[in-house]
Amino acid sequence: MKYLMLVCVNRSADEGAGDLGRPVGAAPDEIDVDSWVEEMDGRGVRLLGEAIRPESDSTTVRVRDGKVLLTDGPYAETKDVIAGFDVLDCADLDEAVEVASKHPMARSNVVELRPFWE
Amino acid sequence: MVATAYTDDWGRIVAMLIRLAGDWELAEECAQDAFAAALARWPTEGIPDRPGGWLATTARNRAVDRLRRSAVEAGKLRDLSRLGEPTPVGYFPDERLELMFTCVHPALTKEAQVALMLRYLAGLRTAEIARAFLVSEHTMGQRLFRAKSRIRHARIPFRIPPAQLLPERLSAVLAVLYLLFNEGYAATAGTNLVTAGLSGEAIRLARLLTTLMPAEPEARGLLALMLLHDARRSSRIDQHGDLVILAEQDRSAWDRTQIAEAVALLEEALAQRRPGTYQVQAAIAAVHAEAPDTAATDWPQIVGLYAQLARLAPTPVVELNRAVAVAMADGPGAGLALVDRLAATGELNDYYLLPATRADLLRRLGRHSEAAVAYRRALELCGTDAEHRYLRRRLREVSAPTS
Repeated sequence: MKYLMLVCVNRSADEGAGDLGRPVGAAPDEIDVDSWVEEMDGRGVRLLGEAIRPESDSTTVRVRDGKVLLTDGPYAETKDVIAGFDVLDCADLDEAVEVASKHPMARSNVVELRPFWE
Repeated sequence: MVATAYTDDWGRIVAMLIRLAGDWELAEECAQDAFAAALARWPTEGIPDRPGGWLATTARNRAVDRLRRSAVEAGKLRDLSRLGEPTPVGYFPDERLELMFTCVHPALTKEAQVALMLRYLAGLRTAEIARAFLVSEHTMGQRLFRAKSRIRHARIPFRIPPAQLLPERLSAVLAVLYLLFNEGYAATAGTNLVTAGLSGEAIRLARLLTTLMPAEPEARGLLALMLLHDARRSSRIDQHGDLVILAEQDRSAWDRTQIAEAVALLEEALAQRRPGTYQVQAAIAAVHAEAPDTAATDWPQIVGLYAQLARLAPTPVVELNRAVAVAMADGPGAGLALVDRLAATGELNDYYLLPATRADLLRRLGRHSEAAVAYRRALELCGTDAEHRYLRRRLREVSAPTS
């Protein structure tokens, strides 16, 4: 089963963060995403993943009455933004939760699991 | 006969079909078909030697047919291989424990967990579950549909959780069963019979759990606790529907056979030497159940048990109950000191039993005007009609002019 894992961070906590969208003031051991990536790649449960640029660089696409409408910025106006994603391939939700719960961002922010439409 | 088989075998047949087909909808429909076939055939052809096995085979054949048909339609003939070898007639595996754990998976809401348990294990119909929870049948149908969709699409596993997840998941099962029991117990007879029936369903499911997990003392403890509360059911409410407190209940109306069964279960559980909150609560209920009256109750033992409970589950509600027991063992003054300390923390500010308990202790100390203030505060916060009437009666007592 494939899951899209969204790494969501709080915008206010993210202000002034570095390029990787890491929360200010977080201890280095809390943001050690690299060792999580290494572990999950080793297990073969992480197929792909990237950190993504902040919402100010995003573009929303809509088609209405045959016209393509573009808006800069995100679609949803919420405090939380998606800072990165990973594609997981796990046996079931219990394994996906276990993998997600080991992501450092799960401690300081939120990690969301979306099953693929299969 | 079919009704008995339904009560006994519904959950087991559904669990077997879910394992076979991986599809809750199909499992439910094929199980229903098997019971419909029994209703049509047993009266004329006679009841089979092993009704459960007959139903399981019928349901299984039906499911295999449907899976085969849909595989052929979808051109997915290789999927048929998972249906495996034909199984012997009457083959009837028991995967109700897997079913129970799947129903209470933490990725499902509490409401969905309860509804799934009642529909798939207890075999209640959607309309019955809806009535018990005072929602429309449509709403309950949607709730079950969304839960099933979530189990399927997020791939919630159908299994007994592995060792590292088991303690947490087992306590979720126990919590849902106890919630179900209390939902039924709080409903007074006459107001909603369907809701009241939930206690019986919870007891039945807890009984099943003790047979499926005999090594778990907390499952036995929970069953004992439910049986003890349920044994006092008829004496809790008087003929006007008013709440009768423990001290004033007619103990001759308590179900002694059920109390004896509960005490035996509790003794078995305690002998396993792995105490837990349900076992301790059952022990407290057992001390009450075996006492001839309030005065002859072993209050120091109850105080000790509440202290043990407070160590296992340090919550303000447990602390409040401990204060009540201390008041009985050492006098209302000692109890009041504990209640006041608890009130000072502010944790139970909105819980009507805090002022209600304070009021009762003040009344027993003869401090009537303070008691009246506390009864009024409790009335502002309190929930059910029966509880309201009890508090009003007490308020009248302490407000009466004293000579």
